[in-house]
Amino acid sequence: MEKVLEVKNIEKYYGNKSNLTKAINNISFNVVKGEFVGIMGASGSGKSTLLNVISTIDRVTAGHIIVNGEDITKLKGNKLNKFRREELGFIFQDFNLLDTLTAFENIALALTIQKVNSKEIEKRVYDIANKLGIKEILKKYPYQVSGGQKQRIASARAIITNPKLVLADEPTGALDSKSARQLLENFEFLNKNMNATILMVTHDAFTASYANRILFIKDGKIFNEIIKGNDTRKQFFEKIIEVQTLLGGDLNNVI
Amino acid sequence: MLFKLSFNNMKKSIKDYSIYFLTLVLGVAIFYMFNSIDSQQAMLQVSQSQREIIKLMITMLGYISIFVAFVLGLLIVYANNFLINRRKKEFGIYMTLGMGKRQISKIIIMETIFIGIISLIVGLVVGIFASQFMSILVAKMFEADMSSFQFVFSKEACIKTCIYFAVMYVAVMFFNTFTVSRYKLINLLNAEKKNEKIKMKNPFLCILVFLGASTMLGYAYWKVTADASSITTADKILPPILMGVASTILIFWSLSGFIIHVVQRMKNTYYNGTNMFVLRQINNKINTMVASMSIICLMLFMTISVLSSSLALRNTMQRELVEMTPVDLNLYKTANLPETYMKYNVKKKSTREQREDSKIPITQTLKNNGLDINVLKDIIEISTYTSDDLTLGKFFGSKYEEIKQEYPMLNYDIAEEIIKISDYNKIAKLYGIEEYTLNDNEYILLCDFKSQIEIRNRALESGNILTIANKKYKSKYNECKDGFVVMSTSHTNTGIILVPDNCPLTEEMKERHFLAANYNANTEEEKEKIEVIFSSGDSGLIQSLDSKGIEIDGMTKISIMESSVGIATIVTFIAIYLGVIFLIASSAILALKQLTDASDNKQRYTILRKIGCDEKMINKSLFRQIGIFFGIPLVLAIIHSIFGIQFAITIMSGLASKEDLLPSAIATVIIIGIIYGAYFIATYLGSKNIIKEER
Repeated sequence: MEKVLEVKNIEKYYGNKSNLTKAINNISFNVVKGEFVGIMGASGSGKSTLLNVISTIDRVTAGHIIVNGEDITKLKGNKLNKFRREELGFIFQDFNLLDTLTAFENIALALTIQKVNSKEIEKRVYDIANKLGIKEILKKYPYQVSGGQKQRIASARAIITNPKLVLADEPTGALDSKSARQLLENFEFLNKNMNATILMVTHDAFTASYANRILFIKDGKIFNEIIKGNDTRKQFFEKIIEVQTLLGGDLNNVI
Repeated sequence: MLFKLSFNNMKKSIKDYSIYFLTLVLGVAIFYMFNSIDSQQAMLQVSQSQREIIKLMITMLGYISIFVAFVLGLLIVYANNFLINRRKKEFGIYMTLGMGKRQISKIIIMETIFIGIISLIVGLVVGIFASQFMSILVAKMFEADMSSFQFVFSKEACIKTCIYFAVMYVAVMFFNTFTVSRYKLINLLNAEKKNEKIKMKNPFLCILVFLGASTMLGYAYWKVTADASSITTADKILPPILMGVASTILIFWSLSGFIIHVVQRMKNTYYNGTNMFVLRQINNKINTMVASMSIICLMLFMTISVLSSSLALRNTMQRELVEMTPVDLNLYKTANLPETYMKYNVKKKSTREQREDSKIPITQTLKNNGLDINVLKDIIEISTYTSDDLTLGKFFGSKYEEIKQEYPMLNYDIAEEIIKISDYNKIAKLYGIEEYTLNDNEYILLCDFKSQIEIRNRALESGNILTIANKKYKSKYNECKDGFVVMSTSHTNTGIILVPDNCPLTEEMKERHFLAANYNANTEEEKEKIEVIFSSGDSGLIQSLDSKGIEIDGMTKISIMESSVGIATIVTFIAIYLGVIFLIASSAILALKQLTDASDNKQRYTILRKIGCDEKMINKSLFRQIGIFFGIPLVLAIIHSIFGIQFAITIMSGLASKEDLLPSAIATVIIIGIIYGAYFIATYLGSKNIIKEER
């Protein structure tokens, strides 16, 4: 299988010599095309740092990250922005939609900054909106729609540029359970029918259960890895809970 | 402790304060400059007659300074309010730590004092140095001697500036304390989270309002230009002004909605890079900025029109002066003085000596009173006549009744001034103006005073016949011709009748002796020396004349120049003073508004960055946004000014001419470009800094 993402022995340190924090301590893994990978861990485990270095928002202290054959740890300046614009799609916990733009314009913006032809823009936006069931709200502003709808708009914006890798940071974090379920079904659709490669960070077991494979991170290291394989989602969910219990999870500090 | 806190706050937010600081410094500097005019070196060098004018100017500047201080005070309060609002969160944190409102007020007061003192010092230093440059400018205007340059510091202006600004700062402190007393902790802490709803206006309403406002503006423009003659009284100008103001507001209200709907149709433009974002940003912000944009636009309009029309006025006056003062000296005295005569409405008895003198030419009188006639050259002496059968009323002939009804205030019994053609041509030759020829039975009317030309032309068109010394004359032309005899600051010849040399004018009909001459000198200094002989009460000539009671009136080129340059300079100074203050005020408001918006919009730029916009794209969109906000009011103000200046020229009829407008307009553009441009750049850099990502 074609490797979309290769993470090789990366490390990320914060602070100085006397007070060193290893946010990421030697992590390596691969993501192949069409995979839906979840990354789980408690707060402070380093999962957000991991996502930040993959998304080039932050830089690694050591190691290499290779996306689609290109070592992004070596990219600088505008090449970095170009890479981010063309190869990655982002979905954030707090949606990050521009409140001055309509849903349509928010989605289209991802294409206009790539200088896509205006006729094609409309076609592609309507197409993706159709698939994600947000066609009716395209003319509305973010403040006029629900949280779930906002996140679907954000998903549409992330996927419309056909990125090699979609990075989702706690996408269900700000949603109620019904909206979360709907969104995750959309993710599944994008993954299966549109062959999108998704890397999702979450601490919610239910959200994670939609992935094919899950990496557990604790104290900056990969602690465990489970694969859904032929399990049903319910079985996979139970497995996740088991690992979480093993990991200590959020209860770690409760004595 | 509080002292340290406020000092550190200042250091930390020095960038936020830069625009505020710039405004204060400019305000102080300009205030000092214009209030120190009287003690500037140039002023010490000018002549006596100019000193009177400067006194008048200083009095006027004093009153205007009060108004300026008021404008600056409002601006400072406004600017300060902006800065305080930006720091809500900081104050919120202080309050959660248990600091009282009183202590917060104290911090702010200390900061105000800090920044006040620093800006006052810097502003004064800038002002003191800038006033040296202004001194050179002033010297050029008054043509004063600046060969010995020395540094001047005006203590009075300095103290005045300090007092005025101290009062303003106290007002600011008062306002700040008031603002702080109204704060609620919860609002302070949540200040950044405020959820702005995007209000979209109905597109059709926008288009309708925009078109309506444009039409109204067009009508107002038409009213003050093509239809300006219908504005005969001061109150009739009010409706077009109100229409202009209303349509300005409405245009800003509807403009963004209008533009966005137009651009949305042009998909290639709309879906290009960050255009969509920039347009929406503007659309979003302009809603809350209608009032300030309108004020800024109108202020810019005032600045542009006041500056360029006053500069044009000055240029025209100076150009006309050169035209109107072709020789150094004009002298005239009454001929054939009767035994009793009227002087300043007082009946006087003439002495024998006076009567004798009035029969001889001026040159003879001058010689008799000890003048070395060699100080003059190019001497031309002529006589003007009056005839009992030719008054202004008679001149109008058949039109008399009609004209009298229209202009009842004119004195129709005044005798018309008559000059023989060959006499006039001598003068015209010396002056370098047009000479005329006449046949028998013909006359020419010379007049260059606008309103008189109109009235007299009506008589001339009717083909009036004049009776002069029992002989009939008809006009050679059916209109007034250009020409004058006595020099003046502007065109004020209300009428001279030229008659053929064979006209039977007798010695008794002589009204005045008139002499035109140049000083026999090559340099300005020599001319000044000769000027003293004719203008100073101490000169031997004048004392001799006075002792005999002989009255010779006169005009000198130098005195005319001095008095009218003075008037032009007052106008220019006041215009520049007010113009620059208005400009600073409007630029500062705009700049502060943009900076606040930049920090409010920081989140939006972060999003753009996250979805892959590079810094170049972001800076470009920021530049465009700020450029549009600075540009729109300026463009509308320029359009307003094009019509406003034309109207100003119409009402100043004759005082400022259109040819002088272009250079003045260019000068204005340069002044505005420098100040407005500086604020624009400062705003762009400041905003760029604010939205920069912290790592």
